[in-house]
Amino acid sequence: MAALVLAEHNNAALNEATAKAVTAAAQISSPVHVLVAGASCAKAAEQAAKLAGVETVLVADDASYASLLPEPTAELILSLASSYDAIVAPATANGKNILPRVAAKLDVPQISEIIAIVSPDVFRRPIYAGNAIETVEAKGFKKVVTVRVSAFAAAPTGGNASIKAIAPAADPQVSRFVSENLTRSERPELTGAKIVISGGRGLQSKENFALIERIADKLGAAVGASRAAVDAGFVPNDRQVGQTGKVVAPELYIAVGISGAIQHLAGMKDSKVIVAINKDEGAAIFSVADYGLVADLFEALPEFEKALGQ
Amino acid sequence: MKVLVPVKRVIDFNVAVRVKADRSGVDLANVKMAINPFDEIAVEEAVRLKEHGAATEIVAVSIGPSGAQETLRTALAMGADRGILVKHDGPIEPLAVAKILKAIADEEQPRLVILGKQAIDDDCNQVGQMLAALLGWPQGTFAAKVEILDGETAVTREVDGGLQTVALKLPAIVTTDLRLNQPRYASLPNIMKARKKPIAEKTVADYGVDPRPKLKVLEVREPEKRRAGTRVRSAAELVERLRERGVI
Repeated sequence: MAALVLAEHNNAALNEATAKAVTAAAQISSPVHVLVAGASCAKAAEQAAKLAGVETVLVADDASYASLLPEPTAELILSLASSYDAIVAPATANGKNILPRVAAKLDVPQISEIIAIVSPDVFRRPIYAGNAIETVEAKGFKKVVTVRVSAFAAAPTGGNASIKAIAPAADPQVSRFVSENLTRSERPELTGAKIVISGGRGLQSKENFALIERIADKLGAAVGASRAAVDAGFVPNDRQVGQTGKVVAPELYIAVGISGAIQHLAGMKDSKVIVAINKDEGAAIFSVADYGLVADLFEALPEFEKALGQ
Repeated sequence: MKVLVPVKRVIDFNVAVRVKADRSGVDLANVKMAINPFDEIAVEEAVRLKEHGAATEIVAVSIGPSGAQETLRTALAMGADRGILVKHDGPIEPLAVAKILKAIADEEQPRLVILGKQAIDDDCNQVGQMLAALLGWPQGTFAAKVEILDGETAVTREVDGGLQTVALKLPAIVTTDLRLNQPRYASLPNIMKARKKPIAEKTVADYGVDPRPKLKVLEVREPEKRRAGTRVRSAAELVERLRERGVI
Protein backbone atom coordinates (compact mmCIF):
# COMPACT_ATOMS: atom_id res chain seq x y z
CA MET A 1 0.00 0.00 0.00
CA ALA A 2 1.52 3.32 1.04
CA ALA A 3 2.47 5.51 4.00
CA LEU A 4 0.85 8.84 4.80
CA VAL A 5 2.90 11.41 6.73
CA LEU A 6 1.16 14.27 8.49
CA ALA A 7 3.30 17.35 7.82
CA GLU A 8 4.42 19.68 10.59
CA HIS A 9 4.55 23.24 9.25
CA ASN A 10 3.46 26.81 9.95
CA ASN A 11 1.78 27.30 6.52
CA ALA A 12 4.67 29.48 5.26
CA ALA A 13 7.37 26.85 5.78
CA LEU A 14 7.77 23.14 6.34
CA ASN A 15 9.25 22.11 9.68
CA GLU A 16 12.26 19.78 9.52
CA ALA A 17 10.35 17.32 11.70
CA THR A 18 8.39 16.43 8.54
CA ALA A 19 11.54 15.40 6.67
CA LYS A 20 12.53 13.19 9.59
CA ALA A 21 9.12 11.53 9.73
CA VAL A 22 9.40 10.90 5.97
CA THR A 23 12.64 8.98 6.57
CA ALA A 24 10.88 6.79 9.14
CA ALA A 25 7.75 6.32 7.02
CA ALA A 26 9.78 5.11 4.03
CA GLN A 27 11.11 2.26 6.19
CA ILE A 28 7.58 1.18 7.12
CA SER A 29 5.75 1.36 3.79
CA SER A 30 6.09 2.85 0.34
CA PRO A 31 5.37 4.96 -1.60
CA VAL A 32 5.31 7.86 0.87
CA HIS A 33 2.65 10.55 0.61
CA VAL A 34 2.69 13.73 2.69
CA LEU A 35 -0.48 15.44 3.90
CA VAL A 36 -0.16 19.20 4.29
CA ALA A 37 -3.28 20.40 6.10
CA GLY A 38 -3.36 24.13 6.70
CA ALA A 39 -4.66 27.50 5.59
CA SER A 40 -2.80 29.25 2.74
CA CYS A 41 -0.19 26.51 3.04
CA ALA A 42 0.97 26.32 -0.61
CA LYS A 43 4.55 27.24 0.32
CA ALA A 44 4.80 24.43 2.87
CA ALA A 45 3.36 22.02 0.29
CA GLU A 46 5.97 23.07 -2.31
CA GLN A 47 8.73 22.38 0.20
CA ALA A 48 7.25 18.97 1.03
CA ALA A 49 7.23 18.12 -2.69
CA LYS A 50 11.00 18.64 -2.81
CA LEU A 51 11.72 16.00 -0.17
CA ALA A 52 13.43 12.97 -1.69
CA GLY A 53 11.32 9.83 -1.45
CA VAL A 54 7.94 11.58 -1.43
CA GLU A 55 5.67 10.51 -4.30
CA THR A 56 2.65 12.76 -3.74
CA VAL A 57 1.83 15.74 -1.57
CA LEU A 58 -1.84 16.03 -0.63
CA VAL A 59 -2.88 19.58 0.22
CA ALA A 60 -6.00 20.34 2.25
CA ASP A 61 -6.02 24.14 2.22
CA ASP A 62 -8.94 25.30 4.32
CA ALA A 63 -9.59 27.75 7.16
CA SER A 64 -10.60 24.84 9.43
CA TYR A 65 -6.99 23.59 9.38
CA ALA A 66 -5.36 26.95 10.17
CA SER A 67 -4.17 25.84 13.61
CA LEU A 68 -4.43 22.06 13.09
CA LEU A 69 -7.10 21.56 15.74
CA PRO A 70 -7.23 17.81 16.40
CA GLU A 71 -10.99 17.36 15.90
CA PRO A 72 -11.18 18.45 12.21
CA THR A 73 -7.64 17.29 11.37
CA ALA A 74 -8.26 13.74 12.62
CA GLU A 75 -11.43 13.61 10.48
CA LEU A 76 -9.38 14.65 7.44
CA ILE A 77 -6.81 11.91 8.02
CA LEU A 78 -9.59 9.36 8.57
CA SER A 79 -11.15 10.34 5.23
CA LEU A 80 -7.87 9.29 3.55
CA ALA A 81 -6.91 6.36 5.78
CA SER A 82 -8.29 3.51 3.67
CA SER A 83 -5.56 4.03 1.03
CA TYR A 84 -2.71 3.63 3.49
CA ASP A 85 -1.27 0.85 5.62
CA ALA A 86 0.81 3.24 7.72
CA ILE A 87 -0.08 6.68 9.08
CA VAL A 88 2.91 8.49 10.47
CA ALA A 89 3.44 11.82 12.22
CA PRO A 90 6.40 13.43 13.92
CA ALA A 91 5.98 13.31 17.71
CA THR A 92 5.51 17.08 17.89
CA ALA A 93 2.78 18.69 19.99
CA ASN A 94 0.52 18.45 16.92
CA GLY A 95 1.41 14.85 16.08
CA LYS A 96 0.92 13.72 19.66
CA ASN A 97 -2.37 15.59 19.85
CA ILE A 98 -3.92 14.39 16.60
CA LEU A 99 -2.74 10.85 15.87
CA PRO A 100 -4.23 8.95 18.86
CA ARG A 101 -7.66 10.23 17.75
CA VAL A 102 -7.04 8.66 14.36
CA ALA A 103 -5.86 5.37 15.88
CA ALA A 104 -8.88 5.12 18.18
CA LYS A 105 -11.33 5.67 15.31
CA LEU A 106 -9.51 3.03 13.27
CA ASP A 107 -9.66 0.70 16.30
CA VAL A 108 -5.91 0.10 16.23
CA PRO A 109 -3.19 0.80 18.81
CA GLN A 110 -0.81 3.69 18.31
CA ILE A 111 2.92 3.13 18.54
CA SER A 112 4.25 6.27 20.21
CA GLU A 113 7.62 7.99 19.74
CA ILE A 114 9.50 5.27 17.92
CA ILE A 115 13.30 5.64 17.88
CA ALA A 116 14.14 2.76 15.53
CA ILE A 117 12.49 0.57 12.92
CA VAL A 118 13.76 -3.00 13.12
CA SER A 119 11.49 -4.18 10.29
CA PRO A 120 8.27 -2.76 8.83
CA ASP A 121 6.36 -4.52 11.67
CA VAL A 122 8.82 -4.13 14.53
CA PHE A 123 9.63 -0.89 16.33
CA ARG A 124 11.74 0.30 19.23
CA ARG A 125 10.47 2.93 21.61
CA PRO A 126 11.62 4.31 24.95
CA ILE A 127 9.55 3.68 28.08
CA TYR A 128 10.04 4.85 31.66
CA ALA A 129 11.56 8.14 30.49
CA GLY A 130 14.11 6.32 28.37
CA ASN A 131 15.29 4.11 31.23
CA ALA A 132 14.16 1.09 29.22
CA ILE A 133 13.73 0.45 25.51
CA GLU A 134 10.79 -1.65 24.36
CA THR A 135 10.70 -3.59 21.09
CA VAL A 136 7.14 -4.15 19.87
CA GLU A 137 5.64 -6.02 16.96
CA ALA A 138 2.56 -4.59 15.21
CA LYS A 139 1.15 -7.17 12.82
CA GLY A 140 -2.18 -7.58 11.11
CA PHE A 141 -3.54 -4.03 11.33
CA LYS A 142 -2.94 -0.53 10.04
CA LYS A 143 0.07 1.08 11.68
CA VAL A 144 -0.39 4.43 13.37
CA VAL A 145 3.00 5.69 14.46
CA THR A 146 4.54 8.82 15.94
CA VAL A 147 8.25 9.34 15.38
CA ARG A 148 10.75 10.81 17.81
CA VAL A 149 12.40 13.21 15.39
CA SER A 150 15.76 13.35 17.16
CA ALA A 151 16.26 9.67 16.31
CA PHE A 152 15.92 9.95 12.51
CA ALA A 153 17.89 11.83 9.85
CA ALA A 154 15.97 14.30 7.71
CA ALA A 155 15.07 13.14 4.19
CA PRO A 156 17.21 15.20 1.80
CA THR A 157 15.78 17.58 -0.76
CA GLY A 158 15.96 16.85 -4.46
CA GLY A 159 12.60 15.19 -4.93
CA ASN A 160 9.87 16.28 -7.28
CA ALA A 161 6.56 15.00 -5.93
CA SER A 162 3.24 15.84 -7.52
CA ILE A 163 1.01 18.18 -5.54
CA LYS A 164 -2.67 17.32 -5.36
CA ALA A 165 -5.37 19.44 -3.74
CA ILE A 166 -7.90 17.50 -1.69
CA ALA A 167 -11.26 18.48 -0.25
CA PRO A 168 -11.57 19.24 3.45
CA ALA A 169 -13.46 16.75 5.62
CA ALA A 170 -16.51 17.73 7.66
CA ASP A 171 -15.52 19.82 10.69
CA PRO A 172 -17.16 18.46 13.88
CA GLN A 173 -17.31 22.13 15.07
CA VAL A 174 -16.79 21.37 18.72
CA SER A 175 -13.59 23.36 19.15
CA ARG A 176 -12.17 26.68 18.08
CA PHE A 177 -8.83 28.42 18.20
CA VAL A 178 -8.76 31.43 20.54
CA SER A 179 -5.19 32.71 20.68
CA GLU A 180 -1.55 31.75 20.80
CA ASN A 181 1.47 33.17 22.50
CA LEU A 182 4.59 31.86 20.81
CA THR A 183 8.10 32.68 21.94
CA ARG A 184 9.80 34.66 19.19
CA SER A 185 13.45 33.85 18.77
CA GLU A 186 16.13 34.47 16.15
CA ARG A 187 17.95 31.39 17.39
CA PRO A 188 17.48 27.94 15.86
CA GLU A 189 14.64 25.76 17.07
CA LEU A 190 15.50 23.53 20.02
CA THR A 191 14.66 20.18 18.46
CA GLY A 192 16.39 20.89 15.13
CA ALA A 193 19.52 22.71 16.35
CA LYS A 194 23.02 21.29 15.77
CA ILE A 195 24.19 22.81 19.06
CA VAL A 196 22.11 23.26 22.21
CA ILE A 197 23.28 25.08 25.32
CA SER A 198 21.05 24.64 28.36
CA GLY A 199 21.01 26.27 31.77
CA GLY A 200 19.74 24.97 35.08
CA ARG A 201 19.00 26.15 38.55
CA GLY A 202 22.70 27.06 38.89
CA LEU A 203 22.06 30.16 36.75
CA GLN A 204 20.14 31.58 39.72
CA SER A 205 18.09 34.16 37.78
CA LYS A 206 16.42 35.08 34.52
CA GLU A 207 18.98 37.84 33.97
CA ASN A 208 21.90 35.45 34.30
CA PHE A 209 20.57 33.44 31.33
CA ALA A 210 22.12 36.24 29.24
CA LEU A 211 25.48 34.51 29.88
CA ILE A 212 24.10 31.42 28.11
CA GLU A 213 22.42 33.41 25.36
CA ARG A 214 25.60 35.26 24.40
CA ILE A 215 27.42 31.96 23.93
CA ALA A 216 24.42 30.55 22.03
CA ASP A 217 24.66 33.46 19.59
CA LYS A 218 28.39 32.92 19.06
CA LEU A 219 27.84 29.22 18.36
CA GLY A 220 24.56 29.54 16.43
CA ALA A 221 23.02 27.36 19.14
CA ALA A 222 19.53 26.95 20.54
CA VAL A 223 18.92 27.71 24.22
CA GLY A 224 17.40 25.05 26.46
CA ALA A 225 16.79 24.68 30.17
CA SER A 226 16.20 22.13 32.89
CA ARG A 227 12.80 21.79 34.49
CA ALA A 228 14.18 23.46 37.63
CA ALA A 229 15.10 26.57 35.63
CA VAL A 230 11.69 26.64 33.96
CA ASP A 231 9.81 26.15 37.24
CA ALA A 232 11.88 28.96 38.77
CA GLY A 233 10.67 31.22 35.95
CA PHE A 234 14.12 31.86 34.42
CA VAL A 235 12.92 30.87 30.92
CA PRO A 236 9.57 30.05 29.26
CA ASN A 237 8.38 26.45 29.51
CA ASP A 238 8.88 25.65 25.81
CA ARG A 239 12.65 25.74 26.50
CA GLN A 240 12.46 22.69 28.78
CA VAL A 241 14.61 19.72 27.79
CA GLY A 242 13.66 16.44 29.44
CA GLN A 243 11.18 13.63 29.82
CA THR A 244 8.20 15.94 29.85
CA GLY A 245 9.71 18.68 27.71
CA LYS A 246 11.62 18.50 24.45
CA VAL A 247 13.82 15.57 23.53
CA VAL A 248 16.94 16.72 21.69
CA ALA A 249 19.91 14.93 20.16
CA PRO A 250 22.19 17.63 18.72
CA GLU A 251 25.84 17.26 17.63
CA LEU A 252 26.82 19.16 20.77
CA TYR A 253 24.90 19.63 24.02
CA ILE A 254 26.30 21.94 26.67
CA ALA A 255 24.71 21.63 30.12
CA VAL A 256 25.48 24.54 32.43
CA GLY A 257 24.54 24.50 36.09
CA ILE A 258 22.38 21.42 35.56
CA SER A 259 22.68 18.61 38.11
CA GLY A 260 21.46 15.89 35.73
CA ALA A 261 18.22 14.50 37.14
CA ILE A 262 16.98 11.35 35.34
CA GLN A 263 14.16 13.41 33.83
CA HIS A 264 16.63 15.83 32.24
CA LEU A 265 18.99 13.10 31.02
CA ALA A 266 16.01 11.46 29.28
CA GLY A 267 15.76 14.53 27.06
CA MET A 268 19.41 14.88 25.98
CA LYS A 269 21.44 11.74 26.55
CA ASP A 270 21.39 10.78 22.87
CA SER A 271 23.33 13.93 21.93
CA LYS A 272 26.55 13.14 20.04
CA VAL A 273 28.89 15.13 22.31
CA ILE A 274 27.89 16.25 25.80
CA VAL A 275 29.63 18.95 27.81
CA ALA A 276 28.87 19.61 31.47
CA ILE A 277 29.87 22.70 33.42
CA ASN A 278 29.00 22.44 37.10
CA LYS A 279 30.68 23.42 40.34
CA ASP A 280 29.53 20.21 42.08
CA GLU A 281 31.92 17.51 40.94
CA GLY A 282 29.53 14.83 42.17
CA ALA A 283 26.71 16.02 39.87
CA ALA A 284 25.07 13.20 37.90
CA ILE A 285 25.45 15.14 34.66
CA PHE A 286 29.20 14.33 34.67
CA SER A 287 28.42 10.61 34.38
CA VAL A 288 27.11 11.16 30.82
CA ALA A 289 29.42 14.01 29.78
CA ASP A 290 32.21 13.56 27.23
CA TYR A 291 33.88 16.68 28.58
CA GLY A 292 33.35 17.85 32.13
CA LEU A 293 34.47 21.14 33.64
CA VAL A 294 34.17 21.47 37.41
CA ALA A 295 33.96 25.23 37.85
CA ASP A 296 31.81 28.11 38.99
CA LEU A 297 29.74 28.87 35.92
CA PHE A 298 29.90 32.61 36.57
CA GLU A 299 33.64 32.41 35.95
CA ALA A 300 33.61 29.64 33.37
CA LEU A 301 30.99 31.10 31.01
CA PRO A 302 32.76 34.45 30.42
CA GLU A 303 36.04 32.53 29.87
CA PHE A 304 34.27 30.18 27.50
CA GLU A 305 32.85 33.12 25.56
CA LYS A 306 36.24 34.79 25.42
CA ALA A 307 37.94 31.60 24.19
CA LEU A 308 35.35 31.27 21.43
CA GLY A 309 36.05 34.77 20.25
CA GLN A 310 39.71 34.06 19.56
CA MET B 1 -21.09 19.51 36.69
CA LYS B 2 -19.71 16.03 37.22
CA VAL B 3 -16.00 15.50 36.58
CA LEU B 4 -14.45 12.11 35.86
CA VAL B 5 -10.77 11.66 36.72
CA PRO B 6 -8.99 8.47 35.63
CA VAL B 7 -5.88 7.68 37.70
CA LYS B 8 -3.15 5.11 37.06
CA ARG B 9 -0.97 3.25 39.51
CA VAL B 10 2.67 3.39 38.32
CA ILE B 11 6.18 2.95 39.70
CA ASP B 12 6.95 5.93 41.96
CA PHE B 13 8.85 8.45 39.86
CA ASN B 14 11.75 8.55 42.33
CA VAL B 15 12.43 4.83 42.00
CA ALA B 16 15.22 3.67 39.68
CA VAL B 17 13.74 1.36 37.05
CA ARG B 18 15.30 -2.10 36.64
CA VAL B 19 14.86 -4.21 33.53
CA LYS B 20 14.28 -7.93 34.21
CA ALA B 21 17.22 -10.20 33.40
CA ASP B 22 15.13 -12.19 30.89
CA ARG B 23 14.28 -8.93 29.05
CA SER B 24 10.56 -9.59 29.36
CA GLY B 25 9.80 -6.26 31.01
CA VAL B 26 10.53 -3.98 33.94
CA ASP B 27 10.77 -5.47 37.43
CA LEU B 28 7.68 -4.39 39.40
CA ALA B 29 8.10 -6.79 42.34
CA ASN B 30 8.54 -5.05 45.72
CA VAL B 31 8.84 -1.66 44.06
CA LYS B 32 7.20 1.43 45.55
CA MET B 33 4.11 2.36 43.54
CA ALA B 34 2.30 5.70 43.43
CA ILE B 35 -0.33 7.66 41.55
CA ASN B 36 0.93 8.78 38.12
CA PRO B 37 2.18 12.37 38.72
CA PHE B 38 0.18 13.81 35.80
CA ASP B 39 -2.98 12.13 37.17
CA GLU B 40 -2.32 13.69 40.55
CA ILE B 41 -2.36 17.07 38.80
CA ALA B 42 -5.67 16.04 37.17
CA VAL B 43 -7.21 15.23 40.56
CA GLU B 44 -5.98 18.55 41.96
CA GLU B 45 -7.51 20.46 39.05
CA ALA B 46 -10.86 18.71 39.54
CA VAL B 47 -10.80 19.47 43.27
CA ARG B 48 -10.07 23.15 42.55
CA LEU B 49 -12.98 23.26 40.10
CA LYS B 50 -15.19 21.90 42.87
CA GLU B 51 -13.84 24.40 45.39
CA HIS B 52 -14.62 27.22 42.96
CA GLY B 53 -18.14 25.92 42.45
CA ALA B 54 -17.65 24.85 38.81
CA ALA B 55 -17.76 21.11 39.64
CA THR B 56 -20.30 19.37 41.86
CA GLU B 57 -19.02 15.79 41.99
CA ILE B 58 -15.65 14.16 41.27
CA VAL B 59 -15.54 10.48 40.34
CA ALA B 60 -12.08 8.86 40.27
CA VAL B 61 -11.55 5.73 38.16
CA SER B 62 -8.61 3.35 38.14
CA ILE B 63 -8.05 0.33 35.94
CA GLY B 64 -5.50 -2.09 37.36
CA PRO B 65 -4.72 -4.71 39.98
CA SER B 66 -6.28 -4.65 43.47
CA GLY B 67 -3.39 -2.40 44.56
CA ALA B 68 -4.91 0.34 42.41
CA GLN B 69 -7.37 0.72 45.29
CA GLU B 70 -4.58 2.67 47.07
CA THR B 71 -4.30 4.98 44.08
CA LEU B 72 -8.03 5.66 44.29
CA ARG B 73 -7.72 6.32 48.04
CA THR B 74 -5.05 8.93 47.23
CA ALA B 75 -7.51 10.65 44.87
CA LEU B 76 -10.30 10.40 47.45
CA ALA B 77 -8.05 11.86 50.16
CA MET B 78 -7.27 14.82 47.88
CA GLY B 79 -10.98 15.50 47.46
CA ALA B 80 -12.59 13.12 44.95
CA ASP B 81 -16.05 12.00 46.12
CA ARG B 82 -16.13 8.35 45.09
CA GLY B 83 -14.15 5.78 43.20
CA ILE B 84 -14.57 3.07 40.59
CA LEU B 85 -11.97 0.30 40.51
CA VAL B 86 -11.95 -1.73 37.30
CA LYS B 87 -9.91 -4.76 38.28
CA HIS B 88 -7.40 -6.01 35.77
CA ASP B 89 -4.12 -7.86 36.19
CA GLY B 90 -1.43 -7.68 33.55
CA PRO B 91 -0.72 -5.26 30.75
CA ILE B 92 -3.47 -3.25 29.10
CA GLU B 93 -3.07 -0.87 26.16
CA PRO B 94 -4.30 2.74 25.94
CA LEU B 95 -7.01 1.84 23.39
CA ALA B 96 -8.60 -0.73 25.73
CA VAL B 97 -8.35 1.75 28.62
CA ALA B 98 -10.07 4.38 26.48
CA LYS B 99 -12.86 1.92 25.61
CA ILE B 100 -13.47 1.12 29.29
CA LEU B 101 -13.48 4.83 30.13
CA LYS B 102 -15.91 5.48 27.30
CA ALA B 103 -18.31 2.92 28.76
CA ILE B 104 -17.97 4.55 32.18
CA ALA B 105 -18.50 8.03 30.69
CA ASP B 106 -21.65 6.75 28.95
CA GLU B 107 -22.96 5.57 32.34
CA GLU B 108 -21.81 8.49 34.48
CA GLN B 109 -22.42 11.31 31.95
CA PRO B 110 -19.65 13.65 33.17
CA ARG B 111 -19.31 17.09 31.53
CA LEU B 112 -15.55 16.98 31.85
CA VAL B 113 -12.93 14.24 31.99
CA ILE B 114 -9.50 15.33 33.26
CA LEU B 115 -6.56 12.93 32.80
CA GLY B 116 -2.79 13.05 32.93
CA LYS B 117 -1.23 13.70 29.52
CA GLN B 118 0.80 10.51 29.83
CA ALA B 119 1.64 7.77 32.30
CA ILE B 120 5.28 7.76 33.32
CA ASP B 121 5.57 3.99 32.80
CA ASP B 122 4.68 3.38 29.14
CA ASP B 123 5.00 7.09 28.16
CA CYS B 124 2.29 6.55 25.50
CA ASN B 125 0.42 9.87 25.71
CA GLN B 126 -2.72 8.44 24.07
CA VAL B 127 -5.64 7.71 26.41
CA GLY B 128 -7.14 11.22 26.63
CA GLN B 129 -7.08 11.74 22.87
CA MET B 130 -8.45 8.24 22.21
CA LEU B 131 -11.25 8.70 24.72
CA ALA B 132 -12.14 12.05 23.12
CA ALA B 133 -12.30 10.37 19.71
CA LEU B 134 -14.46 7.47 20.93
CA LEU B 135 -16.88 9.87 22.65
CA GLY B 136 -16.81 12.36 19.77
CA TRP B 137 -15.78 15.10 22.22
CA PRO B 138 -13.23 17.90 21.80
CA GLN B 139 -9.91 17.71 23.63
CA GLY B 140 -7.57 20.17 25.30
CA THR B 141 -4.30 18.28 25.73
CA PHE B 142 -1.16 19.36 27.63
CA ALA B 143 -3.17 21.90 29.63
CA ALA B 144 -1.44 24.74 31.47
CA LYS B 145 -4.71 26.49 32.40
CA VAL B 146 -8.37 25.43 32.43
CA GLU B 147 -11.32 27.81 32.70
CA ILE B 148 -14.97 26.73 32.76
CA LEU B 149 -17.20 29.18 30.90
CA ASP B 150 -20.82 29.03 29.84
CA GLY B 151 -21.16 25.67 28.06
CA GLU B 152 -17.50 25.81 27.12
CA THR B 153 -14.05 25.35 28.56
CA ALA B 154 -11.08 27.52 27.60
CA VAL B 155 -7.90 25.45 27.75
CA THR B 156 -4.44 26.97 27.44
CA ARG B 157 -2.09 24.33 26.09
CA GLU B 158 1.67 23.88 26.12
CA VAL B 159 2.63 23.53 22.46
CA ASP B 160 5.96 23.60 20.60
CA GLY B 161 7.19 27.16 20.83
CA GLY B 162 4.77 28.50 23.43
CA LEU B 163 1.14 28.44 24.48
CA GLN B 164 -2.10 28.04 22.58
CA THR B 165 -5.62 28.66 23.89
CA VAL B 166 -8.60 26.76 22.50
CA ALA B 167 -12.30 26.91 23.38
CA LEU B 168 -14.03 23.53 23.61
CA LYS B 169 -17.74 22.80 23.76
CA LEU B 170 -18.68 20.79 26.85
CA PRO B 171 -18.59 17.87 27.40
CA ALA B 172 -14.84 17.79 26.80
CA ILE B 173 -11.57 16.05 27.63
CA VAL B 174 -8.62 17.80 29.27
CA THR B 175 -5.17 16.28 29.70
CA THR B 176 -2.78 17.86 32.18
CA ASP B 177 0.75 19.13 31.76
CA LEU B 178 3.20 19.72 34.60
CA ARG B 179 2.55 23.38 35.21
CA LEU B 180 -1.24 23.26 35.45
CA ASN B 181 -1.10 23.28 39.25
CA GLN B 182 0.85 22.12 42.28
CA PRO B 183 -1.04 19.17 43.82
CA ARG B 184 -1.83 19.44 47.52
CA TYR B 185 -0.75 16.99 50.18
CA ALA B 186 -3.73 15.18 51.64
CA SER B 187 -4.23 16.06 55.30
CA LEU B 188 -4.52 13.28 57.88
CA PRO B 189 -8.22 14.00 58.57
CA ASN B 190 -8.88 13.82 54.81
CA ILE B 191 -6.96 10.55 54.54
CA MET B 192 -9.14 9.17 57.35
CA LYS B 193 -12.30 10.47 55.69
CA ALA B 194 -11.24 8.95 52.37
CA ARG B 195 -11.37 5.48 53.93
CA LYS B 196 -15.11 5.85 54.29
CA LYS B 197 -15.73 7.09 50.76
CA PRO B 198 -17.25 4.44 48.48
CA ILE B 199 -15.27 2.54 45.84
CA ALA B 200 -17.32 0.41 43.42
CA GLU B 201 -15.51 -2.70 42.19
CA LYS B 202 -15.93 -3.70 38.56
CA THR B 203 -14.23 -5.94 36.03
CA VAL B 204 -13.19 -5.24 32.45
CA ALA B 205 -15.85 -7.74 31.32
CA ASP B 206 -18.55 -5.55 32.94
CA TYR B 207 -17.84 -3.04 30.19
CA GLY B 208 -17.61 -5.57 27.35
CA VAL B 209 -14.04 -4.63 26.46
CA ASP B 210 -11.39 -7.09 25.26
CA PRO B 211 -8.28 -6.22 27.32
CA ARG B 212 -5.85 -8.35 25.32
CA PRO B 213 -2.94 -6.25 23.96
CA LYS B 214 -2.70 -5.94 20.17
CA LEU B 215 0.98 -5.06 20.19
CA LYS B 216 3.38 -7.87 21.04
CA VAL B 217 6.28 -6.88 23.27
CA LEU B 218 9.28 -8.81 21.95
CA GLU B 219 11.87 -7.43 24.32
CA VAL B 220 12.54 -4.78 26.94
CA ARG B 221 16.15 -3.86 27.50
CA GLU B 222 18.28 -1.23 29.11
CA PRO B 223 19.33 1.70 26.96
CA GLU B 224 22.94 1.87 25.89
CA LYS B 225 24.91 3.43 28.66
CA ARG B 226 27.05 6.48 28.05
CA ARG B 227 30.42 6.43 29.65
CA ALA B 228 31.78 9.45 31.45
CA GLY B 229 34.52 11.10 29.41
CA THR B 230 37.36 13.31 30.45
CA ARG B 231 37.63 16.29 32.76
CA VAL B 232 39.05 19.52 31.41
CA ARG B 233 40.76 22.09 33.61
CA SER B 234 39.52 25.31 32.08
CA ALA B 235 37.00 26.82 29.70
CA ALA B 236 39.85 27.58 27.30
CA GLU B 237 40.87 23.91 27.24
CA LEU B 238 37.22 22.96 26.71
CA VAL B 239 36.98 25.18 23.63
CA GLU B 240 40.23 23.68 22.32
CA ARG B 241 38.92 20.11 22.74
CA LEU B 242 35.62 20.92 21.09
CA ARG B 243 37.47 22.46 18.13
CA GLU B 244 39.65 19.35 17.83
CA ARG B 245 36.49 17.25 17.86
CA GLY B 246 35.05 19.43 15.09
CA VAL B 247 31.76 20.18 16.85
CA ILE B 248 32.25 23.96 17.03
